[in-house]
Amino acid sequence: MDGFKHLVDTLSRPTILVTFTFLIFFFIFPPSDWFEKWHRRLKFDGLWSKKSLWIITAILVGFFVFGLGDSDFRSIMLKPDNVPITGLIFLLFFFTWIAMSQAYKNDALQEAGLPVDEQYDAPNDKVLVWPDLVYVELISIVLCSAFMLIWSIGLPAPLEEPANPSESPNPAKAPWYFLGLQEMLVYFDPWMAGVVLPSLIILGLMAIPYLDNNSEGSGYYSYKNRKLSISIFMFGWLILWNLLIVIGTALRGPNWNFFGPFEYWDSHKVEALTNVNLSEFIYVKWMSTGLPTSILFREIWGILIVLGYFLVLPPLLAKTKLKGMYERLGAARYSLFIVLILAALTLPIKMYLRWMFNLKYIIAIPEYFFNF
Amino acid sequence: MAEKKSLLKRLAEGQVWTSIFRGGGVPKSRRQRMMVVLNSVFLHLHPVRLPKHAVKLKYTWCMGGLSFFLFLILTISGILLMFYYRPTIEYAYTDIIDLTEQVPFGIMREIHRWGAHAMVITVWLHMFRVFMTGSYKPPREFNWAIGVVLLLLTLLLSFTGYLLPWDQLAIWAITVGSNMARATPFLGSEGPGAAMLAIGDINFVTVASDVRFALIGGRFLGEATLLRFYVLHCIGLPFVIMIFMAVHFWRIRKDGGISTPV
Repeated sequence: MDGFKHLVDTLSRPTILVTFTFLIFFFIFPPSDWFEKWHRRLKFDGLWSKKSLWIITAILVGFFVFGLGDSDFRSIMLKPDNVPITGLIFLLFFFTWIAMSQAYKNDALQEAGLPVDEQYDAPNDKVLVWPDLVYVELISIVLCSAFMLIWSIGLPAPLEEPANPSESPNPAKAPWYFLGLQEMLVYFDPWMAGVVLPSLIILGLMAIPYLDNNSEGSGYYSYKNRKLSISIFMFGWLILWNLLIVIGTALRGPNWNFFGPFEYWDSHKVEALTNVNLSEFIYVKWMSTGLPTSILFREIWGILIVLGYFLVLPPLLAKTKLKGMYERLGAARYSLFIVLILAALTLPIKMYLRWMFNLKYIIAIPEYFFNF
Repeated sequence: MAEKKSLLKRLAEGQVWTSIFRGGGVPKSRRQRMMVVLNSVFLHLHPVRLPKHAVKLKYTWCMGGLSFFLFLILTISGILLMFYYRPTIEYAYTDIIDLTEQVPFGIMREIHRWGAHAMVITVWLHMFRVFMTGSYKPPREFNWAIGVVLLLLTLLLSFTGYLLPWDQLAIWAITVGSNMARATPFLGSEGPGAAMLAIGDINFVTVASDVRFALIGGRFLGEATLLRFYVLHCIGLPFVIMIFMAVHFWRIRKDGGISTPV
């Protein structure tokens, strides 16, 4: 039993958990034909069958029930304000399944030359709002109200000690829906994690309909004819947003150290961190000269890398690997798309640079609060 | 001899009923059922007729509707909470305790808090569904953008409400959140570029004039922060979100109702 708990604790270390999800993700939500071939070969398409729904739900529930026997697991998951995120884990799987199973069904129908499930024959297939829709609405409202009442009677809202500005809790956490952003603080300075990246998320979401000029798959569930866009969205939504929230909520304890779900939150846990900036790598470790006094000279390598990443890489890709996409999207759409994607990818890139080389900043200009 | 009518039918054809529900009578014919929707200010948000998949939970998940319903629950429970709650450092915390211990049927705060969490989740899932059905595609692009604004406003409403109990959970969560504002490029005192906005030795962006200061009404979380967040939470953000909701719903109809295969 303890062996299993220890195994889960080890497997949920961000290095292992994130690497595992990154590796497996594109085989589950294939963005291209090549991935789709392996998706089918590895039998991941079976994930969206009824049998898988029951099996995975049973595993999730089983793991959860087993976990509740452990006091550390219980204290994290049943902390009143964490209950919604616990529920969200189940809801996410359930609704992903609902969407994907219908998408696969429609894909199969289209392949057989049949109309999709949602296809209707206007005006013959239309139904009246009264009573067909208002009944559904009424029942939803009643069930939702009942659910809210039961939840509210069963679980008191949290109230801790009166506010005390001189006594900070450890860890001090934002509300759960912002914990993905707080998790990014490990890898980025606040101006990136708290301001620039959230703004780009909002901007990127709003830009989706203008970037995705594929007219297929509008108004019905489908996967095959919008592979790339669904794959990218799922990566952002399931991994970069929700997985980071789960990590930030359940796996981060005192001093924002990592703790497994069955691990005691020991505030004296020490993790030696000697993070090094790129400039220190170059001048101190490799050239053994000491840091130059001029800021520009010191940080020129990092600045060149970042400029190259955002300015040279996009046209390079447009000429080579993403040529087809560039032609499909046109210059304006392509530029916005690629900059948003590259900005999103800075997160995984910085994660791995940190884990592998203890790299802190690529550009470090603390003099002007500009660290990247 | 006159035909015998059921009590319901007599009621539905009586003067009171017909005066309230235009047309009156129990809607039985197709025409009457259409008129019910057209004649009600609340129902006429809907079209009269829908594609058949629009009433299937499997397609819609009902998440948009539930988000709006939860917003109504939150508005009502929020109004009730305002009767008891005073946004001052002196009273806020004790008023919250009074809510649970002194007020009869004191689960309003629970309904409000859990409803807020639930609304965040339903809004997310609604966006997820709209993406998966490709419903953001033309002609619905702009309404998707409005939806993203509504998502942001939902999170901000939840965030501003988080401070109001004025307990340890509240102020430290908001401290973590509002410290980010300090790092806003150019506008935050510790943000990149802020030091450039200066004439000689005089900085324009300081701890006492940056965007964090504007947000929390001071250099530290305090009385002014509580009042600011209270006003934003109860008046400011609901006002804005209602405008965006109105546009969102109106655009659903104008853009052709629920998305359908072309």
